[in-house]
Amino acid sequence: MSVPAIEFKDVSKTFDGSGYYAVDHVSFSIEEGGFITILGSSGCGKTTLLKMVNRLYEPDEGKILLFGEDTSEVDVVKLRRRIGYVIQQTGLFPHMTIADNVATVPKLLKWDKQRIEARVNELLKMVGLEPEEFKKRYPSQLSGGQQQRVGLARALAVEPKIMLMDEPFGAVDAITRIGLQEELLRIHSGLKRTFLLVTHDIHEAFKLGTKVMIMNQGKICQFDTPANIIHDPADEFTAALIRSAREQEKLWEGYV
Amino acid sequence: MSGMTAYLAKHYDDLLEALAEHIELVAVTLFFSLLIAAVLTVLAVYSRKAGEYMIHIFSVLYSVPSLALFALLIPVTGLGTTTAEIVLVAYNQYLLLRNFISGLYQVDPAVVEAAEGMGMRRFQVLWKVRLPLAKKAFFTGIQLAVISTIGIATIAAMINAGGLGKVLFDGLRTMNIYKIIAGSVLSAGLALMINGAFKAIEKRI
Repeated sequence: MSVPAIEFKDVSKTFDGSGYYAVDHVSFSIEEGGFITILGSSGCGKTTLLKMVNRLYEPDEGKILLFGEDTSEVDVVKLRRRIGYVIQQTGLFPHMTIADNVATVPKLLKWDKQRIEARVNELLKMVGLEPEEFKKRYPSQLSGGQQQRVGLARALAVEPKIMLMDEPFGAVDAITRIGLQEELLRIHSGLKRTFLLVTHDIHEAFKLGTKVMIMNQGKICQFDTPANIIHDPADEFTAALIRSAREQEKLWEGYV
Repeated sequence: MSGMTAYLAKHYDDLLEALAEHIELVAVTLFFSLLIAAVLTVLAVYSRKAGEYMIHIFSVLYSVPSLALFALLIPVTGLGTTTAEIVLVAYNQYLLLRNFISGLYQVDPAVVEAAEGMGMRRFQVLWKVRLPLAKKAFFTGIQLAVISTIGIATIAAMINAGGLGKVLFDGLRTMNIYKIIAGSVLSAGLALMINGAFKAIEKRI
């Protein structure tokens, strides 16, 4: 069996003074190339879990291995440059052009100019933005959906083997979100990358994930393929979650 | 009016000298103010607590009247420009640090998180992200410091630091209306002119 892309070994995290575990003795492993979605309500620890992968948060207990390598033993800056990171508020640099935003990590890695320019063009096309039209613009001149595309391109810049996404489509409207989800699936299928996406939207989680991780109160309730979870929910929380999604569907059935 | 013209004709070189002294005092003060503020600001970036303490200490200092501070320092550094410069630099720290540090911390946390998450080193986050995004606040701090230095430097003439204040105080002491007018017009004019220059630059950033 190959080495898992991401492995958590009994990992816990508490925040000062809160007195409870944000992530509570969690273990799992993720094979390379998977698209894992982490689903849970706010405060369940899903973002904390994600941020421990690139060490924006340090675990209090346990070990996190990426391709068999203990992350606590790697230089944190080098680690992060190898991992793509997308956040909900996009975090684009407002004082830089789209091209400079996308070129952030290549510049940190001191690529030469031509290589950066070629890569920026390639990336913008990959996320569906015409380079000549967008390169010289600033983030504020783009719509929310376009900004998130740039955020995606920026995170993909140096072909990271692991991509972390924290509610990347949480702030865009429903129609744009569906477009972006399709785009993301297309990008994932073209590359052998491991994607980890945090969401509180059950439809998004089950649509995108090859496997879905359901979290509640710092623990993993179930980590399985969408079909297995739907057919055989592991606990009451998961079952309730699926019921609520079905309830919502009924709203539409009345209008057929 | 002819008295004023006669005064100006006779003393224009003294006035220019006083103006030059004043500008020099402001320039030297600003140089050291910025140097020290830059170092303290970098410290504050690494320790938020330290930043808060510094702002607090300098705000207390800032609330002490300038004459009292001059008087306190005279036994240590004597009369003259050195004492004046120390006091002016200390005052500026409050104006500069408050704007610099709050400017750096007001940068959108999501932007900073993205920068860190992509693997920028702490210094790179400061230099490439926080600083450029806080430049308006930096500019405001420097503007306030310069204008306030021009003003307080006038009082420094009381302790033999020279400058335009000397013309003013001499005029007051000898009841020479021409001197009073020349001193006040020049010091107010200098402040207004520099402020205008800052306004013009501000529009471009």
